[in-house]
This record gives sequence, structure tokens and C-alpha cells, in this order.
Amino acid sequence: MNLEKVVFAFFILLALTLNFGFFIGEISTPDHHNVFELFAAIVVSIVATILKFGDRTQLGAVVLASSLVADLQLVAAAIWWTIAVHVSAAGLTGAATASIVSLSGGAVLANLVSVVLLTIETVMVRR
Amino acid sequence: MENIIFLILRRMRLPLVLLVSVYALSVLGLVLIPGLDDQGNPWHMDFFHAFYFVSFMGSTIGFGEIPYAFTDAQRMWVVFTIYIAVVAWLYTIGTMISLIQTPAFQSAVTRNAFIRGTRRIRSAFFLICGYGDTGELLVDTLTDRGLRAVAIDVDQNRINNLELKELPVQVPGLCADALDLSSLLAAGLKHRHCAGVVALTDNDHINLKIAITSKLINPRLRVICRAESHDAAANIASFGTEHIINPFDTFADHLAMALNAPSMYLMNDWLTSASHRPLSEPLFPPRGRWILCGYGRFGKAVAKRLLDEGNTVTVIEADPQATDAPAESICARGTEADTLLEADVKNAVGVVAGTDDDANNLSIVMTAGDLNPTLFVVARQNRSENDEIFRAARLDLVAKNSGIIASRILALITTPLTAEFLRLASQQERQWADELISRIIGVADDRVPQTWMLETRATDTPAVAQALANGDTVLLEHLCRDPHDRKRLLRCVPLLMKRGREHNLLPGLKTALQPFDQILFCGRETAIHRMSRICYDPSVLCYTTTGKRPAAGWVWRRLIRSA
Repeated sequence: MNLEKVVFAFFILLALTLNFGFFIGEISTPDHHNVFELFAAIVVSIVATILKFGDRTQLGAVVLASSLVADLQLVAAAIWWTIAVHVSAAGLTGAATASIVSLSGGAVLANLVSVVLLTIETVMVRR
Repeated sequence: MENIIFLILRRMRLPLVLLVSVYALSVLGLVLIPGLDDQGNPWHMDFFHAFYFVSFMGSTIGFGEIPYAFTDAQRMWVVFTIYIAVVAWLYTIGTMISLIQTPAFQSAVTRNAFIRGTRRIRSAFFLICGYGDTGELLVDTLTDRGLRAVAIDVDQNRINNLELKELPVQVPGLCADALDLSSLLAAGLKHRHCAGVVALTDNDHINLKIAITSKLINPRLRVICRAESHDAAANIASFGTEHIINPFDTFADHLAMALNAPSMYLMNDWLTSASHRPLSEPLFPPRGRWILCGYGRFGKAVAKRLLDEGNTVTVIEADPQATDAPAESICARGTEADTLLEADVKNAVGVVAGTDDDANNLSIVMTAGDLNPTLFVVARQNRSENDEIFRAARLDLVAKNSGIIASRILALITTPLTAEFLRLASQQERQWADELISRIIGVADDRVPQTWMLETRATDTPAVAQALANGDTVLLEHLCRDPHDRKRLLRCVPLLMKRGREHNLLPGLKTALQPFDQILFCGRETAIHRMSRICYDPSVLCYTTTGKRPAAGWVWRRLIRSA
């Protein structure tokens, strides 16, 4: 058992689950999407990215890329949320919520790719 | 470099994760702890404000309690977060700085800069392995002639020395082992513009390895190799190394040339030394009985040439057995007056101090000079830092290892025509050389003349190539006329003309040029500039060929043609 792999798998899975939890629900209803869940998803996703720093394998590099994509999407969603709540006069409207959630949906996809790659890596090690 | 970046990223994982966690924890605490707004109503900080507060708190502990004054519960939390944030930042920055300072990282950075410097070179360059005395001299002269070079050496001090030098063009230098292929590749062994490799380390085996590696990796390269022993030389020659230079033989050849044909020696000296140096005087070494101190590799080479030229040699050697000296040799160092008297210094014509110790050599020539002031004194200089002392000793000839090798290599690599010219010249009579020397002195000022080469092709000499393509006759003489006044000739001498495989030594001024002729000139620096004007500007060429100054502009040409 490789502790490094376990820790990374934990973080990448947690990022996916948190993200999915945030994503699920009526897309334009603010009540269905918890801000704490988005915050946690961002933090865990960034940590998962940092854990992939310095990985020299081909697969590791692709996982780093996909997890960077997830970070980017989530940070964009957070910035959008901040703008909607604090900057724009309209506040958190249905349209704004839909944009935020669809951004996090993209991140879910990226996280999913990471998890699939991780699974492939694990299977290859087994063989 | 790749490796080191991965290593740094890997080492930065922990500090970065710590920093992210500390930030996340602080933000979360601020969001969860209830506060009061300015009206006294319960209020929760949102993520945006919490992140804003933590960002400036973590780095500056600055701006105050924003947007409303904190409650005591919030203040307790902030006190806690201040401390963990400061520790996390210190740890992260500390790790980063210590990683940057690791020697591995530093050397990776210098190596990268070196590789970039080498890759940027856009003209022919030589890869010099070993930046000792010889390498330094060679790089000086190469750059002085506008050629590029890349140097590698195992000694960091020498590379520092290279970096501190003010050279006309940048010479990338790297402290690396030339036996390591990756270093040679980094230095441009496979570079498109790499013209050759010069192996100058003081170890024959290393030079051999460099030569064989270069030949295998890039067979197109010219390889020039220094070899002190004949065994190594034979080994290096066996796989097609173009030029092998034995410093002892080379100097002995020089001395023999100086004895036999002083003008030829002078010509070699001029054509292969750095420009802007004062003209050297011709040497006239006497013939007769020479005293040779030191019968090592240098002494043997010199003795052989002296005997070949019909002189007699008295050898003084401290260890005649080990060096296999002639039976009648005197067993001593040669630094004492009585030894020199025993060798009958009063009736000798010259003395060669050829031991491997500079102080002894100087002592020998000084003592011998006192005993017989008319002696022709030659001393071997082993170390470059003794330059001043040897200059002060006012010797007739100094055999400086590095200088000999550097000038020999220079003759081979600067313009291939120079080497060809010197080869052909050495087959000529003495009188031929004397006449040529006086011609060169006639055009030169008090400095060593410049040598340069022209080829009649569109990239080198567009005007001449155009005229030849039009079917006009261009004589060599037309290139040698002054663009200001065609009745005057430029201060230069055409030395050699190469057409296909045919060589024309000292071509006459009436020789008609053909496309792709290569011509070697020597003369004053001003002549180079004027000649290049003739070669580039069709109207100047027209003036020097016909004496007419044609219209240069398109409109004027049209007007003249229609008139």
C-alpha cells in the first residue's frame, strides 16, 4: 500500500463528492446549492492539485491537468457568486445561480476524469 | 533541469497544503462565528468578506475589523488564526528560499542559462573543451576575429574567469565534465552551427574521449585535439580526427622554421596571431653549436629539429638515464655557471632552456646570457602567469605552450585558406618568402596585418556576383582599388586564390575572377572596409572597374537610359 496514493485518492474523491453534492439540485434555485459545500469543494480540490505537484509519470501529469481544470471552474464559480451577491444590484438571481452551478458541473466532469484516471492507474499497478 | 523542477514541486507540496488548510480553516471559522452589525443585529460574515479579511490578515495583520467591529468571540478566533497564518507563511517561504539556494538548483539554473546561450548562437562556432591558458588565448583570438565559441571546463574558477572577461561577443561557459556526453550536447555538439570541437584539456586520455565522442555523435564536425604523447596521437588519429597538435613538436617545428626561414616564421606568426598586436621583428637564429637544457619531450623535439638543420647540440640534463639522453650529455640542471662553462657556453651560438620549471629556465638563460652576451636565448614558458617575467627577461624566443597551440589551432580554424596558404608557402624558396614579407610590410602599418577571405558568390559579394552573372569582366585588381580614387591601390596583398581544387599562390592583379572563387587577402584594416564596399555596392564596383560613376537610383538610371 502506498500512503501517497491513498491520501491523493481520498482528496480527489472527496473533491468529486463535495462538488457533486453542490451541483445536484434544481439548477436555478439558490436554496438547492449550499455555499459551504462550494467552499469545501474548492479547498479540497486545490489540495488535491498540490498533491499532484512533481509527479513525473504521464498519467500523473494528466491527472494534474484535469484537477487544475476543476480548480479553475470552481474558482470561476466562486468569483461569479461573489459578483452576484456583492457587486451586482440584482443579487443572487436564478440566472446567476444557473451559471454558477453549470460551472461547478464542468468541475464535476473534470473531477470525474481524475477519478477514472486514478482507477486506471490502480488497475495497471495491480497487473 | 527537469528533475530539479519536479523535485521542487514535490518538496513544495507540504507547505502549500498547509497554507491552503490554514486559510480554509480561518475563513471557515470567521464565517461560522456569529457577529453583530452596526445596528447590533446578529450577523454572519460571508465567504467573500472572510476571504478578504484572512488574505490581508495573513500577510500584513493590517486594515482593522471589516465590515463591522468584531465581537469578542470573533476576536478570539482571529488571534488564533493570526498565529497559525504567520507560521504557515514562514514555513512556506522558508522552504521555498532553501530550495532555491540548494546547489543542485543553482547549477541547474546556470546550466539552463548556458544551454539557452548556446542555442541562440546563429553563426558558426567552435566548442572548446578545456578553458586553461590555451583555451583562453584561443577564445580571445577567435572572438577578436568575429567567430563564436562555447567553452566548458571542470574548474569553476576558470569559468568565472571567462564570465568576467570583456569579450566582443558573448561566449557561453559551463563548469562541467567534458567526459559527460550530456554536457557536450548542452554545449551544442549537435547544434546546426557547430563547426568543430577543440579538445584542449591537459590529459591525453580525456582529449581522446572527447574526440571519439564528437566523431561518433556528429561525424560532420572538425575535431582538433591536443596530444602530448605520440601514442595518444596515433590513437586519436586512428578514427579520423582531423588535426592533432603536439605542443612540443609544434614548437620544435616553429624553431626549425625560425632557424631555416626567418621570413616564413614571421609570416606564420603574423597570419596566426591576434590582430592589433605590434609587428614582430624577424628573427635570425644563428647556426652552430647549441646548448640544450632539459631533454624531456620538449628537449627531444627541439634537439631533433636542431640536428636536422645541421647544428650540433650539447645536452645538459639532470637525469640522463630516465630521459634517454645522448651519452655525452652533462648531468646537471644547467642553472649553475660551472655547468654551463663545462658545456663551453662561451663558444656556443645559442641556448635553449627547456625544463618544465619556469624559474629554472629563467635562471639558465640569465646565467648563460651573463657568461656569453651574444647568445641566442630560447626559453620554454610553462605557466601563463609568468608572462610579465618572461617579457622582462627580453629573450629572443619564448616557447609558450598555450600560445603555440592556440596559434596553430587558429591557423586551422579561422579561415581554412590560411592553413592552405601556409602549407603551400612552406614549400617555397626562402627568397620567395623574403619578397612576400617585404610586400606585406609595405602595405601594413606598425601592426600585425589582418587576413580575410572573400568568395565571389551572391551572399558574400553580391555586387561582384551580379557583375559576373551579367557577363562583365572583373579582374582581381578591381577589388583592390580604392573606391575614392581608383588610381590608388588598397593596402592589401592577395595571398591565395582557390578555384575548385586549383590553388593559385599570390594571384596576379590581372587575374579575371570567376563565380565561386575564394581569395585570401592580408593587409590593413581599412582595406577590409573599402573592399567590402566594392563587393556590396554595384556602383562602387562599376567605378573601380570602368572609372565611371553610374547613377545609383532607379529614376536616374531610367532618365540616363532614355536620354
